Amino acid sequence: MDQIDRDIINAFQGNFPITEHPFAVAGNAVGLDEDDLINRIESMLADNTLTRFGPLYNADTMGGAVTLCGMAVPEDDFDRIADIVNSFEEVAHNYERTHHLNMWFVVGAETREQIDTVLRSIEEKTGLTVRDMPKKSEFFVGLILEA
Amino acid sequence: MQLTIDNTDKQIILATQAGLELSPDPYNKVAKQLGLSTDDVLRRMENMLKSGVIRRIGVVPNHYALGYRSNGMTVWDVSDDQVSTLGEKIGNLPFVSHCYERPRHLPDWTYNLFAMVHAKTREGVEQQADEIKTILGDNCRADEILYSTRILKKTGLRFATSSSQNSNQD
Repeated sequence: MDQIDRDIINAFQGNFPITEHPFAVAGNAVGLDEDDLINRIESMLADNTLTRFGPLYNADTMGGAVTLCGMAVPEDDFDRIADIVNSFEEVAHNYERTHHLNMWFVVGAETREQIDTVLRSIEEKTGLTVRDMPKKSEFFVGLILEA
Repeated sequence: MQLTIDNTDKQIILATQAGLELSPDPYNKVAKQLGLSTDDVLRRMENMLKSGVIRRIGVVPNHYALGYRSNGMTVWDVSDDQVSTLGEKIGNLPFVSHCYERPRHLPDWTYNLFAMVHAKTREGVEQQADEIKTILGDNCRADEILYSTRILKKTGLRFATSSSQNSNQD
């Protein structure tokens, strides 16, 4: 990653133009022509400097339900429990964290009822209590990182 | 904030949720794919951006590649009648990526305000947490930082074919 890549990242974590030839317009801002900007973004996606390029949609738009769950998992049984939790396709993210509640995962489904079913099933299969923490209000989502 | 969309908007969302094509005219490509005019696609995407259906358009960097190796889920116990005001303030901090009010699980989980923060080191995360603590002041009764030590699963939730949902809790 060189300075031009950094400039691209710092300039376009948002603000990518909505216009017929957006790369030409965006390229102007960082001193690149259309093709160079496209190639730069392409290489940064290929080497995993970028995880995606495009619009980021608000999850609330299409309905559906999401929740965050915490679970206290015995250390010596952690991997087995992780496999059980991860086996549900409704589980999108799962992180080990430094706390008594040491497993935190996000569950998404079309309806809240489906989420309830998944959580009950996780509890049955693991024998552990799932702490269900759906958001009550959202204050902010989004982050601009400095490259 | 109005998040109403019609069926054509939904088609545009489905066509672009995985990303925009890296070609000189990516919106024309979307229009062509959906049988719409380019002007219609541009106008609809402008509107979705204005209304907040689209949070933003651009590049999404990999935190790790930029050296942001430490993320902390900071959790706070603040009084329920203050949580909205305080949540807005915390959400406005530049290093906070998500900020939510969530239900407590008493007696052992007293926290109702969650703010995810990102820094290059744990010391950086701690400084950010201190900044939050200063803003919360006496309204904060207890707090903790939960660091992630392992990613056990990471797949994006996406909108399904017609009417379901997604999550962009990156």
